[in-house]
Amino acid sequence: MKNRSLYLKLLSAAIVFGAWEIAGRIPVSYAFPTFIDSMLALFRMIFDGSMFVAYGETLRPLVVGVAISAITGIGLGLWIGLSSRFDWLFSPIFIVMQAAPLAALIPILVMVYGIGLTSKVFVVCIMAMPVIVLNTASAVRNTPGSLKEMARSFQARDSDVLLKIILPAASPVIFSGLRLGVSAGFIGAILSELKITPTGVGDIITYSRSIADYPSMYAAIFSIILLAVIFLNLLEKLENVLFEGNNRGYVSD
Amino acid sequence: MSQIKPDARSTVSATDIAVSVRNVSKVYGDVQALKDLSLDFPRGELTSLLGPSGCGKTTLLKIIAGLLPATSGQIEVNGKTVTGPGPDRSFVFQDFALLPWASVIRNVAFGLELRGVAKSEREAIAEKYIREVGLAGFEKKYPHQLSGGMRQRVGLARALSVDAQVLLLDEPFSAVDEQTRRKFQEDLLQLVQNEKKTFIFVTHSIEEAVYVSDQIAILLPRPSRVSEIIRPSSFRDKGVDNIRRDPEYLDIVDRIWASLRSYVE
Ligand SMILES: Nc1ncnc2c1ncn2[C@@H]1O[C@H](COP(=O)(O)OP(=O)(O)OP(=O)(O)O)[C@@H](O)[C@H]1O
Ligand SMILES: [Mg+2]
Repeated sequence: MKNRSLYLKLLSAAIVFGAWEIAGRIPVSYAFPTFIDSMLALFRMIFDGSMFVAYGETLRPLVVGVAISAITGIGLGLWIGLSSRFDWLFSPIFIVMQAAPLAALIPILVMVYGIGLTSKVFVVCIMAMPVIVLNTASAVRNTPGSLKEMARSFQARDSDVLLKIILPAASPVIFSGLRLGVSAGFIGAILSELKITPTGVGDIITYSRSIADYPSMYAAIFSIILLAVIFLNLLEKLENVLFEGNNRGYVSD
Repeated sequence: MSQIKPDARSTVSATDIAVSVRNVSKVYGDVQALKDLSLDFPRGELTSLLGPSGCGKTTLLKIIAGLLPATSGQIEVNGKTVTGPGPDRSFVFQDFALLPWASVIRNVAFGLELRGVAKSEREAIAEKYIREVGLAGFEKKYPHQLSGGMRQRVGLARALSVDAQVLLLDEPFSAVDEQTRRKFQEDLLQLVQNEKKTFIFVTHSIEEAVYVSDQIAILLPRPSRVSEIIRPSSFRDKGVDNIRRDPEYLDIVDRIWASLRSYVE
């Protein structure tokens, strides 16, 4: 079974890359390189070290922003989900944040926080946090009442209800919020490098486009997608370690 | 299944009341669910609460459990007034209320886990009750791998494992088929004998109530009150196989149906 899903993943990767290669060869646009050219550019940048330097820059706001979003996002989400007054106060803020056109906000952020790390971390947080908060809050609110009542009937303390009932019951939805938030955080990190100051991977994209080195540009884009996929898989592993039962399926009634 | 032996359960002295409900009323918004209801539950016996749907059986059970506050009146368990859930009572939920992410053994041990009993100790106790309800070998399974009847046994084992004096069962057999239900009823009789606990049992089924109960309280709507208390006496000691043919059993079933039929449209 495990092998089969691996084969399917490899197969779908092969189809996508094959289509990319063909589209590059036709070519669809003179600015669209083939898969092989892009991979060659990727390996070149890996071996001359420029990729590592770039990721050193890009990962800093990304990791800081995602970590802040995950920790405060889950914390705020729990609070919002548990207290209806808090819900009333804070939910609208995150709903607005989720809908806000980020590109329009960036100039304001730059005006307030300058062009340094702080602004970029903010962009990542604005992208990643709302979905984490809102998912966590709704998961907590939807904890089955009968399970909480059951715990109360055995004189559970409030902390036990939170740790042994609410968190495990909410964890699948919290983790799906985290996955969406992390993906949005990646977008935010690149966006901030394209819109604020060209550094890191954003710089590779901007620079290679300006000199019409399209294989390098696509290699950089590809590498960030690859990194995001790896990160999401790691997150899934973490979920399976923390909440062993989540992959066991659910009682339907 | 062995014979149910005659015992002294049918004679109740006033001091041997495990749970006593005194003038309890419950109002939900504009619905009066219970009005001035009083009822005694003798220690070591099984009392059924029988009545038409919506008459307040679950409400009464949850008030006794301390999960719901009464609007007025009070509950005493072993002479102490109930103010909330306590270690002297445990609840078997109609919808099982099992943790879907936890194995059978963790579910059964969950009540003990919440009380801070060490893991090895609580799992030893849980294993004992898993065997007692006939689920030996399923300790490592998860709830979604069990049938409805097996899930209900997990809920029952969890309630038994905390060793509460009073067991509150809310329609525990409603999710199982007729054959399983009969088996459960026999097991329940055995359990009442072995465990020497006070059972309060909510059911919709007249036959089931008469079959398993030492005392049947018939609740009528609305607002709900106890309309009649019936104590079957003679067929208890005739053995499980003969009860359903006993004239007194059939008589009581008829009598209850006669008083309930006017509430069934
Ligand atoms: N949380 C609630 N809020 C408002 N009304 C309620 C609530 N719970 C129960 N009621 C009302 O109280 C009455 C008694 O409900 P209860 O659940 O105790 O009935 P029941 O005897 O257990 O019924 P059933 O046999 O169908 O389970 C019903 O009329 C119901 O509408
Ligand atoms: Mg009910």
